[in-house]
Amino acid sequence: MSSVITTEDVHLYYGETEALHGINLNFEKNEITALIGPSGCGKSTYLRCLNRMNDLIPNTTVTGSLKLNGQDIYSPNTDVVNLRKRVGMLFQQPNPFPLSVYENVVYGLRLEGVKDKQRLDERVETTLKQAAIWDEVKDSLHKSALAFSGGQQQRICVARVLAVEPDIILMDEPTSALDPISSAKIEDTLAAIRSDYTIIIVTHNMQQASRISDKTAFLLNGNLIEFDNTEKMFMRPDRQETSDYLNGKFG
Amino acid sequence: MDKDNIQVRLMKSSKATREDYFGKTICYVCIGLITVLVGCILYFITSRGIATFTQNHVKLGQFLSGTNWNPGMLDSHGNPEVGALPMIVTSFGVTILAALVATPFAIGMAVFMTEISPKRGTKLLQSVTELLVGIPSVVYGFVGLSVIVPTVRHIFGGTGFGILSGTLVLFVMILPTVTSLSVDSLRAVPVHYRQASLALGATRWQTIRKVVLKTATPGILTAIIFGMARAFGEALAVQMVIGNAVLMPTSLVSPSSTLTSQLTTQIGNTVMGTMQNNALWSLALILLLMSLVFNLVVRVIGNWGKHKYES
Repeated sequence: MSSVITTEDVHLYYGETEALHGINLNFEKNEITALIGPSGCGKSTYLRCLNRMNDLIPNTTVTGSLKLNGQDIYSPNTDVVNLRKRVGMLFQQPNPFPLSVYENVVYGLRLEGVKDKQRLDERVETTLKQAAIWDEVKDSLHKSALAFSGGQQQRICVARVLAVEPDIILMDEPTSALDPISSAKIEDTLAAIRSDYTIIIVTHNMQQASRISDKTAFLLNGNLIEFDNTEKMFMRPDRQETSDYLNGKFG
Repeated sequence: MDKDNIQVRLMKSSKATREDYFGKTICYVCIGLITVLVGCILYFITSRGIATFTQNHVKLGQFLSGTNWNPGMLDSHGNPEVGALPMIVTSFGVTILAALVATPFAIGMAVFMTEISPKRGTKLLQSVTELLVGIPSVVYGFVGLSVIVPTVRHIFGGTGFGILSGTLVLFVMILPTVTSLSVDSLRAVPVHYRQASLALGATRWQTIRKVVLKTATPGILTAIIFGMARAFGEALAVQMVIGNAVLMPTSLVSPSSTLTSQLTTQIGNTVMGTMQNNALWSLALILLLMSLVFNLVVRVIGNWGKHKYES
């Protein structure tokens, strides 16, 4: 097993406030890692360090070492645009563009300058099938993506991320705005693509974490409390806080 | 006993209900007055404006397509010389050209204020646009007269008066309108569209071009139409630089006259009820109809935007 992303002693400051107090986490290739913890524990903040989405928030400082295949993510030489092509992201709120389903999926490919109609068509069909939404949208590919339900929109967004073929997909509570049936479909999609992608998923839903992830990291107040195989973590956590959180004593 | 009491109280209207009616009545009275006022204005301008055609028996086609403007005089066929085409062409000319020139600048400023430098850029440019709005049009006209007209004369020859000078003055005048409305429509683009685009590896410029501007297009078009409406209706500043000769414009620097400038310069020289006066009212009617058209276009664009993005 080789680590795709290694992070060491990650601190993040919003102005003067320290939101992450030194986090060490490594992510293995083709595994699903779940980040769990109560609201405000810094799991989304940490996730957004990995594709530098925190750059968009003014006054944010990140220190420590974050490496993608050995390349420093925060090095001034790192091209953020290329980084984000390799580290895709799925957001909490389904956020398709106000364009057709087709144009949503090919958005990233068009950015790269792909013009070959056949290749675009092929990517659209493949990724929409991977995202388990093809049957629902195949007859209305040129309809606005906003015309679909939240769960369908989120799966269109999954296809949109898959279309650029990233190595890693970050998911920031991708099912928390969805109904249980749509959530289950997203989870099915994750199961279907897990062999090809490295997935890091932030979730509030501990059942979800236990169902889909290989490893789980528990964060609390900006600290990493425990990081282990999901099965071990849910059955025999080492730390008392983890046990308390998993048993619903707080959070 | 108790029960009766409650029934009696329920049948009587409470103080709050009466106040509610009172407030509603005030609203309806105000709305009614304004509606009547608007109706009166429409009726007045229309009745005056069509007098040229009903009383003076000018043919509508002749009025809209004739190129000689000399109300009160008869041409060789014995028809009154009231061809408004030169003014219509000039009005549309300055309006469209001013919008064409102003739009790129306005969009550039709006993008800078919302996407590139939301904090400092907004502070600086906001005050600039507010300042531009606050300057009275006579001042614009005066600056145009003493700076733009001589410059145009120097560079292009002729008198310097004409569509080009009018365009340049109007460009500055409609810039703040188009800019601030464009800023509003760019701000209305949800943040998560930008995030989604950036997270897919788009650069900031690609995000602006492919997502932000695309989503804001109906709003920006509306902003441009509002700017055009302002340019079409502007009288004083244009009148000072356009030359005020009712001639078909032969070039951008030939003296001409817009509908509005003709109205401001001539309305004091005519007597109510005469042919000359009626002809001017017909010009006013055209202005009125055009502003209705502009409003209609704004509506259509708004509906189109809603239809396109919210369904």
